[in-house]
Amino acid sequence: MHPILKLIAQRLALGLLLLLAASVLIFAGTSILPGDVAQSILGQSATPEALANLRRELGLNDPAVTRYFAWLGGVLQGDLGTALTNGRDIAESLGGRLKNTLFLAFWAAAISVPLAIFLGLLAVRYKDRWPDKLISAVTLTTISIPEFMIGYVLIYWVAIKWRMFPSVSIINESMTLGAKLNAIAIPVMVLTLVVLAHMMRMTRAAILNVMQSAYIETAELKGLGMLKIIRKHAFPNAIAPIVNVVMLNLAYLVVGVVVVEVVFAYPGMGQYLVDHVSKRDVPVVQACGLIFAAVYIGLNLVADIVSILANPRLRHPK
Amino acid sequence: MRNIPLSAMIGLFFTGIYFIMAIFAPWIAPYGMAEVVGDVWEPSSSEFLLGTDSIGRDLLSRMIYGGQTTIFIATAATILSFTLGSVMGFFAAVSGGWVDQVLSRFVDLIMSIPSLIFALVVLSVMPTTVPILIILMGLLDSTRVYRLARAVAVDITVMDYVEAARLRGEKIGWIIFRETLPNALSPLVAEMGLRFIFAVLFVSTLSFLGLGVQPPQADWGGIVKENKEGINYGIQAALYPAYAIATLCISINLVADWILNRTTSLKGGRG
Amino acid sequence: MTEPLLKVRGLKIGATAYPPGEKPVAIKIVHGVDFDLEAGKVLGLIGESGAGKSTIGLAAMAYGRGGVEITGGEVWVNGRDILKENLRSLRRLRGAEVTYVSQSAAASFNPAKKIMEQVTEAAIFQGKFTKAEAEARAVELFSKLGLPDPENIGNRYPHQVSGGQLQRCMTALALCPEPDLVVFDEPTTALDVTTQIDVLAAIKEAIAATGVAALYITHDLAVVAQVSDHIMVLQQGDMVEYGTVDQIINAPKEDYTKALVSVRSIKHEEKTPTDNPVLRVENVTARYKGTNFDVLKNINVDIHPGQTLAVVGESGSGKSTLARVITGLLPPREGQITFDGRVLSPDLPTRPIEDLREMQMIYQMADTAMNPRQTVGTIIGRPLEFYFGLKGKAKQKRIQELLDEIELGDGFQDRYPAELSGGQKQRVCIARALAAKPKLIICDEVTSALDPLVADGILKLLLNLQKIEGVAYLFITHDLATVRAIADSIAVMYQGEVVRYGPKSQVLSPPFDDYTDLLLSSVPEMKIGWLEETIEHRRMESAGN
Repeated sequence: MHPILKLIAQRLALGLLLLLAASVLIFAGTSILPGDVAQSILGQSATPEALANLRRELGLNDPAVTRYFAWLGGVLQGDLGTALTNGRDIAESLGGRLKNTLFLAFWAAAISVPLAIFLGLLAVRYKDRWPDKLISAVTLTTISIPEFMIGYVLIYWVAIKWRMFPSVSIINESMTLGAKLNAIAIPVMVLTLVVLAHMMRMTRAAILNVMQSAYIETAELKGLGMLKIIRKHAFPNAIAPIVNVVMLNLAYLVVGVVVVEVVFAYPGMGQYLVDHVSKRDVPVVQACGLIFAAVYIGLNLVADIVSILANPRLRHPK
Repeated sequence: MRNIPLSAMIGLFFTGIYFIMAIFAPWIAPYGMAEVVGDVWEPSSSEFLLGTDSIGRDLLSRMIYGGQTTIFIATAATILSFTLGSVMGFFAAVSGGWVDQVLSRFVDLIMSIPSLIFALVVLSVMPTTVPILIILMGLLDSTRVYRLARAVAVDITVMDYVEAARLRGEKIGWIIFRETLPNALSPLVAEMGLRFIFAVLFVSTLSFLGLGVQPPQADWGGIVKENKEGINYGIQAALYPAYAIATLCISINLVADWILNRTTSLKGGRG
Repeated sequence: MTEPLLKVRGLKIGATAYPPGEKPVAIKIVHGVDFDLEAGKVLGLIGESGAGKSTIGLAAMAYGRGGVEITGGEVWVNGRDILKENLRSLRRLRGAEVTYVSQSAAASFNPAKKIMEQVTEAAIFQGKFTKAEAEARAVELFSKLGLPDPENIGNRYPHQVSGGQLQRCMTALALCPEPDLVVFDEPTTALDVTTQIDVLAAIKEAIAATGVAALYITHDLAVVAQVSDHIMVLQQGDMVEYGTVDQIINAPKEDYTKALVSVRSIKHEEKTPTDNPVLRVENVTARYKGTNFDVLKNINVDIHPGQTLAVVGESGSGKSTLARVITGLLPPREGQITFDGRVLSPDLPTRPIEDLREMQMIYQMADTAMNPRQTVGTIIGRPLEFYFGLKGKAKQKRIQELLDEIELGDGFQDRYPAELSGGQKQRVCIARALAAKPKLIICDEVTSALDPLVADGILKLLLNLQKIEGVAYLFITHDLATVRAIADSIAVMYQGEVVRYGPKSQVLSPPFDDYTDLLLSSVPEMKIGWLEETIEHRRMESAGN
């Protein structure tokens, strides 16, 4: 077998193992911790009978290991359990919300990734001159403010003062794409700002790193122009680090989505998760946590695999 | 103190102000933390410098007390994450072998789940009290400190001067405290600033989501949550914490940058 | 008289340094240098690190590396002053009229592109040849440079060929566009000595065959003597002496040049072995954890009290591993080590303090061998405190004695390593080793990171200390000149084995085994025509077999 296939197979297996371990961790986080789930759901004033009933209903009397495998078995068959609060099937409630979340994340990524790479290149091109300095100052600021605050600042100015886009992003199936995009304009801006800074900083660092290599000097001493050097010599070596940067930030975006959805009352998975954390609806939290972890691990896995594929030493072994 | 650049000076100045306000909050704040003193969302006046909040409390006092809570929780969480993370990281690097493997793989696992998601999962069954918030944030963030401390320590332990100390017959205490630690301190101190910023953002986010500091206690994230409806009427109350957090975090960033620059150039020596 | 190909007048080069926490300062690297180079001739630029040789070489392409800037003077190439030209016309010069060969071909080749594409790129881009012509020329150059399988080697990626081969590919890259001038910047310095001779011969032949002119930059006078017509000696940005190779080698005028020529002229009388070696290595075999081959195979050597055993070999020969085994950092799989009559415990933690004290170590990189956060006083004082319990005044007094012994004198106790020069750092490391009053000091390539004159001083100091203190040395090196200068006995290592071992006079006299012969004959000698003689000799020998 080609060594590169072997390496990729290894990474895939490792990713699956990590996901499995993450599921254990999520389950353990809600089950083995000192807090009694039944008690925290019903509150201090609950009668012992009610507590006992709820414990039985939740299967809390079984050992944790049994409950974990029962849960995992269900998850593998697509059964995420039922919500405690309203008794509805979690998988069913999640379906539409997951789609909405991905819709939001997709548009945020579609705008922020090209923009970040472009600005990163710009910062490299004008290194230590004013565009570079301006970009890093803006970056520093956006890194220092939490997502939800960027959200409200934008709502205040864009939605309330300038009346350009709505401040609440409620979408439903019957809306046209244009209407949907109009509704999510501000949240997309917020997410873009949030990941843009990190992504651009890291893109800049990755490209600078490549541009300082000796082989770039060789190309310069061949008399090649800057554009040709970047296209032919820097780019092939910068792909892997840049993809890494992008994936890392998309993973970051997944987390940002949670908060942004709450700010804009957007009917996505993040809002659903936060809502059910306050209601102490453990099965919903477990299901959402697992999905978020899976997306996160998956994105990191893609970054790993791209690095392997882009490495000439691995692609063309001795 | 001769060669402090302007940016670091500004950073130190604002960081100092925020910490002083946090420590002396009861003496500085014009009104009590939860005292209802006026009407809902009064505009700023000589009586209420920043106006009042959604139920008529003085916003400036809320901001000062909120800063106290936020900074206290962030500081405590940073201390916890730092102590735990760097001790474990150093321990792993100096021990090597299976100890290092087990610790590092466990940290990888924790980090494979985003911190916020992990915190939400845990908070779904735990009561949200200040000590639990501190412990949770401290533990989650210690993974990042662990990685840095381990990497820095591994870099140092392969140096010839550490080998020379081992060949001399020095005990592990000397190697850690006299040979490794003095050289690892600078990047760790700079990282401490970044971890603190992260903790401020994290606790504010949790409070905003209603899963952090519980009312009536004030904190910056909570103030946003309490006053967010005002935004729709063009009332800025919810934005003040944003300005506070931004200035604090930028200031600390400036200081951390300076420390890092100062120390890396010391480490490099000539050239 | 016709105009020379390259004419440099009053060349001044500067750079900006960024000292920590202070304002940037302008520093001068080259302060006004003049020279000419005729078409088809080779000029050697020689000097120690910091002499400005590479900077001058790159100035021939009007290029400043990093923050380096050409601040004044004229550089005439083919009759025009290239310092006055704009970037567009400089681009037509670089890679067409003047090309460059760097010290590290491994870093200078793009890892993501095939060798052929990179070798022919400049020639095609500059419009000198079509793709087919350039590739034909590259293959021709590959074969002229003695590369194996010249037809197909261009289809490989840089990491798929060896370091010596890649350095030859870099030469092909520079020669492919038929330039008028090639700048060779230490092209063989990173190579092992047995590889260096072949690459050197290949470069010389290629220069002769193509009739190109060259600037050959190196710190090794013996190397430059083989390839150049003229030599220019540089010291800290100033020209010290300029002359023909013959004049510089055989009749140097300036003191600095004389010192460079006579370096390693240390006279050292070989001592006879005793009956009681201080260290005896018997049947030692070792391998690293997680590997499945032995890096040391059945090693047997002795070191006698107050004498020097030089262990010589190329990179990967296992010589540094031997030091790790002796110090206990890598316990051997088989065999034992006897020190001063007692068998040493195989691994470090179980050795008694006395054993540790009596065996000290000095490293190649003095920079990383000293804790940057400790003062010289602390560094030297720690062994005194640790082994002898010295404190206060007594310790201070002893530290000063040691500093005197290594010829550093007063005022060094409170300095940090970063404030010392390379040679001073290595001296402090020697003092730290001496502080323990050892019977044996292991010296691992202690002079190879230093400039020749500084290295010479260190070697003299080590020999002198041996006389006074009666300490034995295990001297690990790849440099045969050093071995000749200081060894009493020699062990030649090759692929984990000792292939030749005995008193110096015996090891260095014929009849030789094949490897020792190859190694000894590959060391450049400061003699004109040495390269041709050696290559010719080897050809005759291989023809005879």
